[in-house]
Amino acid sequence: MTDRLSHRVLLASAAPVAAVVIAVVLSSIVLLISGSNPLAAYWDMVEHASKLETQVDIFNRATPLYLSGVAAAIGFRMNLFNIGVEGQYLLAFIVAAHLGAQVELPSVLHVAFILVVAMAVGGAFSGAAGVLKVTRGVNEVISTIMLNAVVISGLAAWWIVEWQAGGEISATGGRVGTEPIADSGLLPDINGLLELFTREVGQGKKLTGVLIVALAVGIVYHVILNRTVFGFDLRASGANPTASHVGGIPPKRMVVIAMTLSGTVAGLVGMTELMDTGYYPSNPISLLGFTGIAVALLGRNHPAGVAVAALVFAFLDVSSGILQISGAASREIVEIMKGVIILTAVIAYEVVRRIREREEAAAAAAAMAAGPAADS
Amino acid sequence: MSPAIELTGITKRFPGVVANDDIHLEVAEGEIHAICGENGAGKSTLMKILYGMQPPDAGTIKIQGEEVDLHSPAQAIELGIGMVHQHFMLADQLTVLENVILGAEPMRSFGRIDFDAGQEHLDEVGRAYGLDINANDLVETLEVGERQRVEIIKVLYRGAKILILDEPTAVLVPQEVDELFRNIRELKASGTTILFIDHKLDEVLEIADTITVLRQGRTVGTVKPDQVTAHDLAEMMIGSELPVPDAGASTVTDEVALEIAALRVAGEGDRAVVDDVSLRVHRGEIIGIAGVEGNGQAELVNAIVGIDDPDEGSITLLGQEITHQSVRHRREMGLGYVPQDRHRDGLLLGFTLWENTALGHQTEEPYSRGPWLSRAGMRDRASRIKTDFDVRTPNIEVSAHALSGGNQQKLIVGREMVAGPAVLIANHPTRGIDVGAQAAVWDDIREARSQGLATLLVSADLDELIGLSDTIVVMLRGRLVARLDPNEITPRDLGAYMTGAALGTGTP
Ligand SMILES: Nc1ncnc2c1ncn2[C@@H]1O[C@H](COP(=O)(O)OP(=O)(O)OP(=O)(O)O)[C@@H](O)[C@H]1O
Ligand SMILES: [Mg+2]
Repeated sequence: MTDRLSHRVLLASAAPVAAVVIAVVLSSIVLLISGSNPLAAYWDMVEHASKLETQVDIFNRATPLYLSGVAAAIGFRMNLFNIGVEGQYLLAFIVAAHLGAQVELPSVLHVAFILVVAMAVGGAFSGAAGVLKVTRGVNEVISTIMLNAVVISGLAAWWIVEWQAGGEISATGGRVGTEPIADSGLLPDINGLLELFTREVGQGKKLTGVLIVALAVGIVYHVILNRTVFGFDLRASGANPTASHVGGIPPKRMVVIAMTLSGTVAGLVGMTELMDTGYYPSNPISLLGFTGIAVALLGRNHPAGVAVAALVFAFLDVSSGILQISGAASREIVEIMKGVIILTAVIAYEVVRRIREREEAAAAAAAMAAGPAADS
Repeated sequence: MSPAIELTGITKRFPGVVANDDIHLEVAEGEIHAICGENGAGKSTLMKILYGMQPPDAGTIKIQGEEVDLHSPAQAIELGIGMVHQHFMLADQLTVLENVILGAEPMRSFGRIDFDAGQEHLDEVGRAYGLDINANDLVETLEVGERQRVEIIKVLYRGAKILILDEPTAVLVPQEVDELFRNIRELKASGTTILFIDHKLDEVLEIADTITVLRQGRTVGTVKPDQVTAHDLAEMMIGSELPVPDAGASTVTDEVALEIAALRVAGEGDRAVVDDVSLRVHRGEIIGIAGVEGNGQAELVNAIVGIDDPDEGSITLLGQEITHQSVRHRREMGLGYVPQDRHRDGLLLGFTLWENTALGHQTEEPYSRGPWLSRAGMRDRASRIKTDFDVRTPNIEVSAHALSGGNQQKLIVGREMVAGPAVLIANHPTRGIDVGAQAAVWDDIREARSQGLATLLVSADLDELIGLSDTIVVMLRGRLVARLDPNEITPRDLGAYMTGAALGTGTP
């Protein structure tokens, strides 16, 4: 029995592991061709990642990637492709930064206020795409891409000028971002928590408190999806909207709700940066929304899977820095590895599914063969 | 001459079941060969193997005496084999012509599709086999019988000399079955070999030249239709005596459970698809709706269940007006529903059986408690449905697509019956279910009727309508045109009412 269980766990993890192994092999070939020593490069990456300070960096990077991945995953569960996470989080980021700097509140309330504003903005903006889909039949892929453009080259570009700290900028002056939020509005780092288990964190690195928020989001996502009637409705409606309608689940409402929830989580993506720096800078960390789609794909929309995927991507991102410093390889190798991991993961998942099916069929045959023999 | 098809030792296993177990089958050139067997006996699987959709685990396939190794339907089509599936596979949003040429498009230069050539070829095929269809209609707008014809034409268009039809009559009313059989005979006359699956044994005896019976994945025997009766065939299939359904006395009460008053659903243009329909179903009563498909039955049912909003009139369920209430509200009030199209409207094919048993009832106990799902409750119900409704499956953890068509249907009927509805809307409830299981489902509905269930039965199966209903109403062009006593009507007369031929003699 435990044998069978461990076998199943093995099969389940086989696909992502295979994807990573193949990605390593292919990247090695690329590295060799480009004249670098792959072993040296990997050694640099692993050695770097074994340091506590680097691990803090990895978690800080994985936190927004995870939130972004979950946001995309919520859409995927409903067969919706929310490409708009990028625009949703940037918009939520700037609005939350601005409003957060305008209010004076006691600490806990202030933080909560900022998080709620971010979620509300993300949710409303994404929900709008859902409403467009059910009332006007606009595909969410089209509408969220357009809404991304509205945010990135429209609203955010305009507001960063309007809300500039210290008033309007002169034609020549550099941009400095929004007014900083008072300390009461910033989620403290959780180095203290980490140091309970490890040593003191050096180099002034701070483990983001948003990590706790991300974990909570992951747990809530898992529980709602798998344990509640609402989660059942969501999964069912994504799988077969007409049968679900017959089963009492209004398909249009589910689309709007799912898009809104996806955007609500997306709104939190920028909070890691905001809680660290306290303002929306002139060039915020971007592309987290698009990477989230890949993270969700690699993690199969599963709450724990997405977490692992976010860590893998964060590790690669953080490693690219050290490769540049050590000079063992070009940092672009990391982007190649990401791409290869995604491609091989998709293939490996399918291969494992077939292996599992064949094994079950063989087990059935064995049981049948044993049946009559036992009779006679 | 070597036989058109020769299958030897075909074996196919799925997780937990052996669908085909060392099957031998020989089909002579130009004959009509019927395959019969219980739900889950392995008929569809065998046909899919012959069509290259699934590779067998063991065994050989010979076509016209040549051993072949099939890996894909494309290869089977190349060899002149065509298949019409148990569950139709047409694209609703495309026209008939587009559907027919899909995947076999005649090409002009620069990769443009040559629709004229397609049209010409389509007309040719239609003329040659006496199949009549308008190429420019959207498939969405077609009736089932017509869709069936499109599926057949699609296969013939690709030059099929061996035609496989998986339960082609399950969705047809008797007139359409006659039409189909005429087509089949013409195809045979032009040299096509036909393999078909059917649960209605009278039909099998009428049309087949040879009949092969499968049971639990094995060949039980091959017989000629003049050597056996329908009863013999049924016993070969089931391996025991057929259950005898008892008629049962009327249990109609005078308490109205479902009342429909002057209901109107507008269609395209001026004509209403449901036109001034009024109907009462009492507790303990079964009212059957007879009619050729496409006369407004589907729209009437959709309005009652709450999927479409009616334009005028009212619907009252257990004394409460529900005309514009949500589907969920009606479901929670005790409205059960067996939809006509199980794949489209009834199942989550990728979900487990126990999750499927909750669909439509997920807000009620024991499937959930408050906002929380109860997995134990769902599994418990699923096991009960599996035993009580004889759903043939290794376990309730498999996904719904792993069930045979008839077993999927049994699962849906079971799901609705186990939930203990006050009113049941049963749309073709035994479609695709084998004779033995059909009798069992009828018994279940009768049993529930005696407990006070009010049932609205829509069916293309006239024996089912006559045998089960307390009253039959006939629906024609959106209106209820006749009210008949099932004890005094024959299937033939009922058929005449349905086409409007007998109108004027009934009391509307
Ligand atoms: N894809 C699949 N995966 C797992 N099991 C399957 C699959 N397809 C069929 N089966 C199983 O194989 C058996 C035979 O199924 P098949 O569809 O051939 O039955 P059938 O004779 O066509 O029945 P019906 O009259 O109900 O259509 C069934 O027990 C079914 O559960
Ligand atoms: Mg079948």
